[in-house]
Amino acid sequence: MKAKHQRLTLALLAVAAIIGAALLALSALKDQAAFFYAPGDVADKPLPLGKAVRLGGMVEKGSLVRAKDGVSIAFKVTDGKNVVPVRFRGVTPDLFREGSGVVAEGRFQPDGSFTADNLLAKHDERYMPPQMAGKMHKSESLEP
Amino acid sequence: MIAEAGLAALWLATAFAIAQLLLGAAAARATDPAAMLPGVRKIALVQALFALLAFLILIWLFVTSDMSVLLVAENSHSLKPMLYKIAGAWGNHEGSMLLWVTVLAVAGAGVALFERRLVAETLSATLAAQAAIAIGFYAFLAFASNPFARLNPAPADGQGLNPLLQDPGLAFHPPTLYLGYVGLSVAFSFAVAALLMRDVGPAFAKAMRPWVLAAWIFLTIGITAGSYWAYYELGWGGWWFWDPVENASLMPWLAATALLHSVNVLATRDGLRAWTLMLAVVAFSMSMVGTFLVRSGILVSVHSFAVDPTRGTFLLALLGLYIGGALALFGARVGTVTQGATFQLVSREAALVLNNLLLSVILGVVLIGTLYPLVAQAMGVQLSIGAPFFEKTAVPIALFLVAGTAAGPLLRWRKDSAQALLSRVTIPLAITGVAFALFFAMTGFASPIAVLVLALAFGLAAASIAPLWKRNLRRTPLPIYGMVVAHLGIAVSLAGMAADTLFKQERLAAVAVGDNLTVGPFKVTLTEVRPTVGPNWSALEARLQVQRGAAEPFELVPQQRFFPNPPTNTSEAAIATLWDGQVYTVLGAADGAGRWQLRLWWKPFVTLIWAGGGLIALGGILSLLGRVLRARREAREREEWA
Amino acid sequence: MKKLLIWLPLALFALVFALVVNGLIEPSDRIVRSAMVGKPLPTLQLPAIVQGKPGIDTAAWPKGTPRLLNVFASWCIPCVAEAPQLLKLKQAGVQIDAIAVRDSPAEVQAFLARNGDPYARIGDDAAMRAQLSLGSSGVPETFVIDSRGVIVDQHIGDVRAEDVPKLLAALEKAK
Repeated sequence: MKAKHQRLTLALLAVAAIIGAALLALSALKDQAAFFYAPGDVADKPLPLGKAVRLGGMVEKGSLVRAKDGVSIAFKVTDGKNVVPVRFRGVTPDLFREGSGVVAEGRFQPDGSFTADNLLAKHDERYMPPQMAGKMHKSESLEP
Repeated sequence: MIAEAGLAALWLATAFAIAQLLLGAAAARATDPAAMLPGVRKIALVQALFALLAFLILIWLFVTSDMSVLLVAENSHSLKPMLYKIAGAWGNHEGSMLLWVTVLAVAGAGVALFERRLVAETLSATLAAQAAIAIGFYAFLAFASNPFARLNPAPADGQGLNPLLQDPGLAFHPPTLYLGYVGLSVAFSFAVAALLMRDVGPAFAKAMRPWVLAAWIFLTIGITAGSYWAYYELGWGGWWFWDPVENASLMPWLAATALLHSVNVLATRDGLRAWTLMLAVVAFSMSMVGTFLVRSGILVSVHSFAVDPTRGTFLLALLGLYIGGALALFGARVGTVTQGATFQLVSREAALVLNNLLLSVILGVVLIGTLYPLVAQAMGVQLSIGAPFFEKTAVPIALFLVAGTAAGPLLRWRKDSAQALLSRVTIPLAITGVAFALFFAMTGFASPIAVLVLALAFGLAAASIAPLWKRNLRRTPLPIYGMVVAHLGIAVSLAGMAADTLFKQERLAAVAVGDNLTVGPFKVTLTEVRPTVGPNWSALEARLQVQRGAAEPFELVPQQRFFPNPPTNTSEAAIATLWDGQVYTVLGAADGAGRWQLRLWWKPFVTLIWAGGGLIALGGILSLLGRVLRARREAREREEWA
Repeated sequence: MKKLLIWLPLALFALVFALVVNGLIEPSDRIVRSAMVGKPLPTLQLPAIVQGKPGIDTAAWPKGTPRLLNVFASWCIPCVAEAPQLLKLKQAGVQIDAIAVRDSPAEVQAFLARNGDPYARIGDDAAMRAQLSLGSSGVPETFVIDSRGVIVDQHIGDVRAEDVPKLLAALEKAK
């Protein structure tokens, strides 16, 4: 093969690889982006089933129930418009408490409840994260 | 007074940087640049000394807990242990930016002092480019992030350091990463100078190579240490979270790894000229993008710092100026860079092109994943991109890269045959096949990708030692050993990652004192929960007795720490490292009925992940040592002949 | 084709750059304005945190005078920075009530001794509930309450010298 053909082959290979990777990335973006929901967002719309999403809002007062095993909890997340029951198994973050903001990572179930794999209740020493503080006052979707 | 001296040192450094830019640019266009070069070299040195002085003064202010300085008051506390007072100097925005620019200036001085191979014009232009970068960041410090600002009235005591950052590993983690980030600025300056002077060739590549290697070594160490820090400090049992801040350190590493390989092609074979220049620009661009993403707080992450739009805008302007300028220069000048040496489709060069291509594609994917939330935000949608995205995209591409890493070193330069390659990879291929069958039989369909990674790791380990086969080991050059060790490190690290995915066992339960749990082959008994205190925290700690079979039991003590100032809780995992893995324990909350939440993991061979990272860095060090020793020998020989 | 390829990196960078600029110009939720501005103050009942100074009970507040409600904490440095301005406001005859967030009596006492005490009342909000109900996302923040008990303005961050006239004007308007 001549040098020119060599380079052409390499260039084609490169283009193919980049297009392949771009397609891969785009399809993964479609499936894997974790969208952010507030309870009010799913009140009258179909649930995003089978996708990893984040659910943010306030832990409703008096809704927290601890299971007998000592590591499972159930509580309700509200944004004032709608309430979603959440189940979680694991170590809860220190700042997780009733009446406080929470972002739950996990999936919606067909019955409208939410199973969380992880709870975020992150607080900076100076500011609470905007996505928690802003939620009760603004019904736009939150920043994850 | 001392704080004002620090500010003065910063301004003086700025003045010398401006002089360095002007004189360097003049020298690059002068008829006799060699006459002006010594002056430029000296200015670069003085600039670095003033930057260093400013940084040392900042450390001094932290050491003496001078609360009249705003930065100290906000980030330190008189009760804090000395190590963290010192580390506090760079554990915040202003201090870390000062460290950044200090490293930049010192790296520039290093080029000025040690670089003897480049022609005077190109070296002058390189130093001018380095000064141009420094000026922008000095201005950023002076106008948007003054680390020496006073606070009046001074508070009685400081606000403390984020307790998550109060950890010996993290005290030295950011400086290491910065050495890597900023080391790449030298490669960037070299590339800009080469484009300006139209001087691209093996001599240029040989001058750039040690800097790229050194930066890459620091990046490797920084990422490895950062991963281990996140692993034991966050208490989630994971070692990589694809968090924006982690991606910010991974992207320059990917670009630097590609650059490292392409600069070798340019140095030894005079090929890939334009591509190497491009990568040098991209690598430092990724460093700056990384710094920007972390420092502007534009992406929310577990590591994120305070958000300040002024700073973000300023950094962004610098970013646009340097990256945009370099890319425009590239577009305008690269057409005049003449074609380098050619090579065949089956050759070492082609394998390295493949390596570069795959690394760039991974880099692109990580960049897309990191920035996509911003795209979505521009369209009014809020979302986050987490680990699943990167595992679906970067991991499959990385598998091809691993295969390429195994095959590449077994190819000859310029021209080789596919048949010969096939005969050389027979043994590694066979090992991969056997390992795959074996582990697949053990674990089934739990995670076929992880099984494949593990099998490839075995194959890669065999293939990476192969270049030493039938060689005279005492006469083999150090850089060859470097390559072997680094590639072996990749295999070791991959094996650790796959082993953790495939074989880890987790147990989560609430237990009363005296009760026990089993995780993997271990029996864990909660013997006591008691309060304890440290220098600036109080804690609850659980004493756990861990026993495997009939072996001698040992104790692990995970803690829940409380820092009063500012009020924060952290969970301190307790980890036991055994020869075949780690036992990882976390204490959770009380359940109100006399029981305590415990989270336990048995992670077989997880330590290989970081051991591999260490080997990769060691490979880099061996290679660098070989290059530097050889350069010195050659210089000596030249002198003897002259 | 080759020409195009050479300029591709710059074009890609320009694209990313534009994106980031957009992200920076339109920060999604960076500064959280309280939606409570323009609404009546929610009823707050907070116990006293330091001896000799009443807590906060908005139900018992006399109507007819505007006031400032300052959300602060002893562990917050910007709160130290704004203390002189609050003292100035107090000297100008402004009534300032406060909510201490995630704090302890001893720390607050020390904070007041060191930085001066501009407050008429301080309520203890250890769990940050009152803060949240005000729509405040951090410390320090200062709310302007008008004579009818309606929140008319919210100042986020420390009160600087140049903010004092603005706050005084807002209070004047709130009468």
